[in-house]
Amino acid sequence: MDFFQQLLGPAWPLVWTTLKIVAIVLPIMGAVAYLTLAERKVIGYIQVRIGPNRVGPRGLLQPIADALKLLTKEIIIPAGANRFLFLLAPVISIMAALAAWAVIPFDAHLVLADVNAGLLYVLAITSMGVYGVIIAGWASNSKYAFLGGLRSAAQIVAYEIAMGFALVGVLMMSNSLNLGDIVRAQEGRAGLLSWNWIPLFPMFVVYVISAVAETNRAPFDVAEGESEIVAGFHVEYSGMAFAIFFLAEYANMILVSTLAAIMFLGGWLSPVPGLPGGVHWLLLKVVFGLFFFLWFRATFPRYRYDQIMRLGWKVFIPVTLVWLLVVGVWMRTPLWLWN
Amino acid sequence: MNAIREFFRTFLLFELLRGMALTGRHLFARKITIQYPDEKTPQSPRFRGLHALRRYPNGEERCIACKLCEAVCPALAITIESEQRTDGTRRTTRYEIDLTKCIFCGFCEESCPVDSIVETRLFEYHGERRGDLVYTKEMLLAIGDRYERQIASDRAADAAYR
Repeated sequence: MDFFQQLLGPAWPLVWTTLKIVAIVLPIMGAVAYLTLAERKVIGYIQVRIGPNRVGPRGLLQPIADALKLLTKEIIIPAGANRFLFLLAPVISIMAALAAWAVIPFDAHLVLADVNAGLLYVLAITSMGVYGVIIAGWASNSKYAFLGGLRSAAQIVAYEIAMGFALVGVLMMSNSLNLGDIVRAQEGRAGLLSWNWIPLFPMFVVYVISAVAETNRAPFDVAEGESEIVAGFHVEYSGMAFAIFFLAEYANMILVSTLAAIMFLGGWLSPVPGLPGGVHWLLLKVVFGLFFFLWFRATFPRYRYDQIMRLGWKVFIPVTLVWLLVVGVWMRTPLWLWN
Repeated sequence: MNAIREFFRTFLLFELLRGMALTGRHLFARKITIQYPDEKTPQSPRFRGLHALRRYPNGEERCIACKLCEAVCPALAITIESEQRTDGTRRTTRYEIDLTKCIFCGFCEESCPVDSIVETRLFEYHGERRGDLVYTKEMLLAIGDRYERQIASDRAADAAYR
């Protein structure tokens, strides 16, 4: 490493950071590819089918075949579309989905940027993702895409607030916006019982459901709504432009699962007292969270649009506000066990 | 009271959890997929697939050009022309089934007085050009000759119920 440092001189930090970014992004891309396969397999099994099993052993090469197919397809830009914004939208989506990974702590010291306001950064970046959807919906010059964009905008606003309030509870627990400190604050003698999910259980549930809504996944996928508005915001996209949206959606799923693991399920900490923590525990928790995403999709029919709005504004926000109050008072009493 | 109970059932996600329990059970259920070209579902002897024209054991074609099948065909898929053969019997000169029209109802087989036109178990056939699916008399007789053994055994299996 010293050799490279001398060779590259002042450019070395840039190169080194780029290498670290690649080391994070490449596994995410791989995870996205195999998450699509896992989704088809899990949903297939739930529907008493066996899912894809033709490409490679047990269908393991299916995501690669899908990617190659999308790569070789033509990107069609509709005649009335705004060419610049049309191509910008998927870029914004994938940017937001990947940039948030910069502050995710994979292990006690394994983090790209140990930012003190990490949680704020994550909230800010993930809110950017919706601009990709809205711009795609508008720039396509198609009524279905436009409706999808509008729906997504209103939905994200409603659920971002509930999600933010749920995370305020996490802040109260850890007294820090740094994601690493949030995990360290959950360390305790009782293993998985000392994590945030028990004292903040209602917020954990609200966070999980808001996370599904934020990522536009079933049963909150009204922005896509293939049975109502064809494919919603990405109806006009094809080939790699569509694949980028697809990639962003799945990267977002992995991201919010990771955030749930970090904020409520103790990040890299081990659930059993005694055992050492490590990145494998985080991966296990993320996979567990992702499985629920697939399980939800296989179980629930899509919410009606007004039901989504009612749930966000009239249920989640009051619930989180009340629980903030309860936790605030509870922390001051001797009944509080999570110090 | 009922309204309060209803409220808590919804608010505590009770119904959603029950739904997830159901799909969770199905995750471990035995899978019913038949991997088609490798595995096939069992067929009934009454299966109605591709048509065939049969012959008597002595090689004489059964069809006597009565045109009952042509008359009964609801899709008008059968076209028959006939003439008197030199031995004085009436025979078809043209017997065509347009399989793009055929709805596989089996009425032709039901109506046939000499068990000539039958529907076999074949369903894996295709055409690549326009007109490929109009099956002529020669093609139908060839199918009958090739699958006569199975056709006969299927008819025998079903004879008790006719």
